[in-house]
Amino acid sequence: MIKTWLGQHWFVFNLTLKRLVSEPVANLLSILVMGIAISLPAGIYTLVENLHTLSGYTQTAPQISLFMKQDSTRQDMDNIRVRLEENTRVAGYLYVPKDQALYQLQLDNGFDKAVQNLAHNPLPDAFIVDAENISTDVIEQLLTEMKTWPEIEHVQFDSAWAERLAALLDFGRIFVFILFTMLSIAIVAIMFNTIRLQILTRQKEIEVSKLIGASDSFIRRPFLYFGAIQGFAGGVTAWLIIVYVIQVLNDEIRTIAGLYALDLQLQPPDHGDIISLLFFAAWLGWLGARVSVASHLRHIELR
Amino acid sequence: MIQFNHVSKRFPDGYMALSNIDLTIETGEMAFVTGHSGAGKSTLLKLIAAIERPTSGSITINGQNIAQLKPAALPLLRRKIGFVFQDHKLLFDRNVFENVLLPLQISGFDRNTAASRVRAALDKVDLLKKEKVMPVTLSGGEQQRLCIARAVVHRPTILIADEPTGNLDTVYAKDIMAMFYSFHQVGVTVLIATHDASLLEDNHHRIIALQHGKLAA
Ligand SMILES: Nc1ncnc2c1ncn2[C@@H]1O[C@H](COP(=O)(O)OP(=O)(O)OP(=O)(O)O)[C@@H](O)[C@H]1O
Ligand SMILES: [Mg+2]
Repeated sequence: MIKTWLGQHWFVFNLTLKRLVSEPVANLLSILVMGIAISLPAGIYTLVENLHTLSGYTQTAPQISLFMKQDSTRQDMDNIRVRLEENTRVAGYLYVPKDQALYQLQLDNGFDKAVQNLAHNPLPDAFIVDAENISTDVIEQLLTEMKTWPEIEHVQFDSAWAERLAALLDFGRIFVFILFTMLSIAIVAIMFNTIRLQILTRQKEIEVSKLIGASDSFIRRPFLYFGAIQGFAGGVTAWLIIVYVIQVLNDEIRTIAGLYALDLQLQPPDHGDIISLLFFAAWLGWLGARVSVASHLRHIELR
Repeated sequence: MIQFNHVSKRFPDGYMALSNIDLTIETGEMAFVTGHSGAGKSTLLKLIAAIERPTSGSITINGQNIAQLKPAALPLLRRKIGFVFQDHKLLFDRNVFENVLLPLQISGFDRNTAASRVRAALDKVDLLKKEKVMPVTLSGGEQQRLCIARAVVHRPTILIADEPTGNLDTVYAKDIMAMFYSFHQVGVTVLIATHDASLLEDNHHRIIALQHGKLAA
């Protein structure tokens, strides 16, 4: 039973490959069109993901400054330390005692005169905290939590650029999503038309098969395979395009980054993304074929 | 058993191809359908395989009213029938072997069983040596025999042949008829439309005569 079933599918798979090869130019062109259409959103997605990873590694990752109350004790410091260490949203922290802060102020900004005139150190002890991740959610949660800590006088966060970056990434993702949706519709439409033409040229075969007892699923099968295989090939093309473009961009980046002694490289999509891409492309082809077959097979009359 | 009860067929253009046909063909019977060109022979045969649907009346095969079958049930009905079409309906982009293979693929036979059955059927119609050939290169008679091989390869219980000897010389026509008799002898219901009078000579089988879409008295 299973063997027969597999045999039938294997037969249709081979038949479809033969049909693809029998019209190489036309089929390669449609595969190329699909590949380009998919590579646009998938390529931008890859860039956005790269930007996301890069932003996680930059030294200028967003930092939260915690200023202690002026009269805080050693015990208070330790409380904060424990809480920071236990918090999973904290990647790391740095303790800056008030003496060191004052000394730094003297050194950095030429305030030495002004500082010498001070009767006592007006600066508080401080912690500089690195968030585990720059997403606004994580930072928002951290900020609200820290504001409730009684030892803390003031929580300061320079959120402007982190928010801007996060917004840019969000924008990029929405853009990719819209592009993906539109081009997916385009691919389904292309496949709809391809299959319509195929059904026209295979009208006799369909008619004869129906006359001698073929079920609708038997008649549909080669067309669905055709759609899925062509979609899959389109996905592979898109993948190759993306890998190639990334390579070209990386050569360019290497030259520029070299000037600034930076080690920046764009990463190609990972295995999970590639597999999703291929299956999504195959599914789109299948869907276009399915819709086409549903709307065109009905019109084939038996004589 | 195939039963026609008050069956009429009017085509969409208004032409009445069959009117008020009452007819019973027993299981395992062999019968000939005759009549002038345009009498309605092909239409009658197509009604049995639900290729045409009756305008009124009922057609039952083994008690099942096929006029009421849902489209999804038609494939199973047609797989029980072997049909030799008047216009052959061969696929010219497949070779002889693949043409005969089609009904077995549709019924879901595995490759090996299918291949040996195809060769057996081709052997019966004397086309085994041409299994790799494309149908265009076959003569009219060879195409007809190919069509017969395709109709019998899945061992149908009802065999319907529409002018199966139209393009054959007398010797081949006799061979083909002998084949139909042998199917009849193993219990297959055989129905043959023909206006070849020589086929009807000294034959003791029933003759269903049609005249302008009516059963001739
Ligand atoms: N699809 C159709 N639409 C309209 N009229 C049709 C259609 N099919 C057949 N007819 C008409 O119905 C009549 C019977 O046709 P049918 O094919 O059954 O005749 P037949 O007895 O098989 O003739 P022949 O011996 O020439 O094959 C003919 O007059 C034909 O023109
Ligand atoms: Mg006819």
